[in-house]
Amino acid sequence: MVGTLSERILGGLASSYVDREVDRAYVHDGTGVLTLETWRMMGEKGPVNPERLAIIFDHIAPANTSLTANLQAELREFARAHAIPFSEVGEGIAHQIMSEGRVLPGEIVVGADSHSCTLGAFGAFATGMGATDMAAIWTSGMTWLRVPATIAIELTGKLQEPAEAKDVALTYVSSLGMDGATYCTLEFIGDGAATLSMSDRLTLCNLSVEAGAKAGLFYADTTTLRYLRKYGVAAESQSPEECTYYREIPLDLSTIEPVVAVPPRVDTVKPVSALAGTPIHQVFVGTCTNGRYTDLERFARIVRGKQVVIRTLVVPASRSVLLEATRTGVLADLVTAGCTVGIPGCGPCLGAHMGVLGEGEICLSTANRNFTNRMGVGGGIYLCSVATAAASSLTGCITPPGES
Amino acid sequence: MFIQGKAVCLGSDIDTDQIIAGRYLRTKDRKHWAEHVFEDLDPSLAPRLRGAILMAGKNFGCGSSREQAAIALKEAGIVGVIAPFFARIFFRNAINVGLPVVECTCTCIDGSEVSADLTAGWVQVGEERIPACPLSPRMQSILEAGGLVEYGRIHP
Ligand code: SF4
Repeated sequence: MVGTLSERILGGLASSYVDREVDRAYVHDGTGVLTLETWRMMGEKGPVNPERLAIIFDHIAPANTSLTANLQAELREFARAHAIPFSEVGEGIAHQIMSEGRVLPGEIVVGADSHSCTLGAFGAFATGMGATDMAAIWTSGMTWLRVPATIAIELTGKLQEPAEAKDVALTYVSSLGMDGATYCTLEFIGDGAATLSMSDRLTLCNLSVEAGAKAGLFYADTTTLRYLRKYGVAAESQSPEECTYYREIPLDLSTIEPVVAVPPRVDTVKPVSALAGTPIHQVFVGTCTNGRYTDLERFARIVRGKQVVIRTLVVPASRSVLLEATRTGVLADLVTAGCTVGIPGCGPCLGAHMGVLGEGEICLSTANRNFTNRMGVGGGIYLCSVATAAASSLTGCITPPGES
Repeated sequence: MFIQGKAVCLGSDIDTDQIIAGRYLRTKDRKHWAEHVFEDLDPSLAPRLRGAILMAGKNFGCGSSREQAAIALKEAGIVGVIAPFFARIFFRNAINVGLPVVECTCTCIDGSEVSADLTAGWVQVGEERIPACPLSPRMQSILEAGGLVEYGRIHP
């Protein structure tokens, strides 16, 4: 059929309801517990197609209390008993693990986590759902979806140093607003798309939910196929067709400047220079937004041979990322500069265990959310790019990249 | 389907972290979530929630997909939530756990009697009746059953 990429994958026009088989469905330790409980209440049918499912421990990993450990043990045992692919503590963030060769262009992917939209970077329709919807997928292998209207973000130009994909993401979220894409899907089209790496695309798609979008997609092209080939996966590219967009928004990558999102809203975005000098207490580099190898490498390049002056937590998004950073010496550079390296996973992002903020403390973070109290009661979160985080870790206050 | 209760007014863009903070999620105890609902937003809300209809601003339930947010509201005794529109994951979760949600743009008068007809599609605040988006018959059946799990038991 013709249509937007989302319409083609879902096989229906915007606003229609479709029942579809799910190609990939995954939960993490946070949402998995409730999914398992609901699946049991639904009569323990299936799970259907266990090889398409995944259970990945990333949120509170390793466990922080006996209660958490017991809940995780139950979920681990369930995965074993039903031969569901399982990723243990320390293997990494669910979205990142799925991005390492487990999602193909054209697939329908559902994750029990709002940032499942990250995987749209591969030209898949990937979206987040809650535990009950996921339990129904375990039971039947199917889900219902309303085909969303598509907002096209037409990219032109090329990023100019020191701007990064994260700056593009914060910029488009601020122009749409936190609810500007509710019920819609974002599709990143235009000549500018080809200039972006897979890592950049994952970052851009990751924040689509922060504008309320159901999904964020790139068309699979030669960059996508080359990336997937590294994981031994063969795929086909996709090309745009005549279709109707609900809205079209032009975005010139060459005009993007380093920006920061001011707490408590992701869409309150200002140039880094306007906030220069704001004192911070912690820098956090990682998450499903910016915890990839390219991010760690970029951070290391800026702090190499210098010393960070405040506590700086670097958490690789996955074990593969950590391994690559180990092989190339990036890890040694980070540790030598005074950074604290954490276990691959979500780390301090959700404020549930490590790296929690105290009253009045400010964290400058490469994550995607800065809601009130998210990283600790009374703490504030400024969101920024990797280069801004690195520059600021060397000064102890918000610092434009290149000025430390 | 018909709901009624006392209005509790809330602002726009209330995210699921504010409904139930991440630090309270690691349990299966639904009462525990109800006890901590809205704790960081406004601790004085808790005693007013039983029998209440929340009247929120736009984009209620944005952020994390945690279904515990919808469960916490239901367990706290909230009869339903009315907002101009909801974040989509929260909306699905609410229907799935049996928490009535109504899309309607209306003005909240804190403490006033509110009722809503989800079949006919209206909300009444005090004397004024405002049109609202009705829910599909299936969504209403899920809500009436008490959620998707219970619905599945009735319609195997
Ligand atoms: S890194 Fe943060 S935003 Fe990403 S999945 Fe983990 S908790 Fe969610």
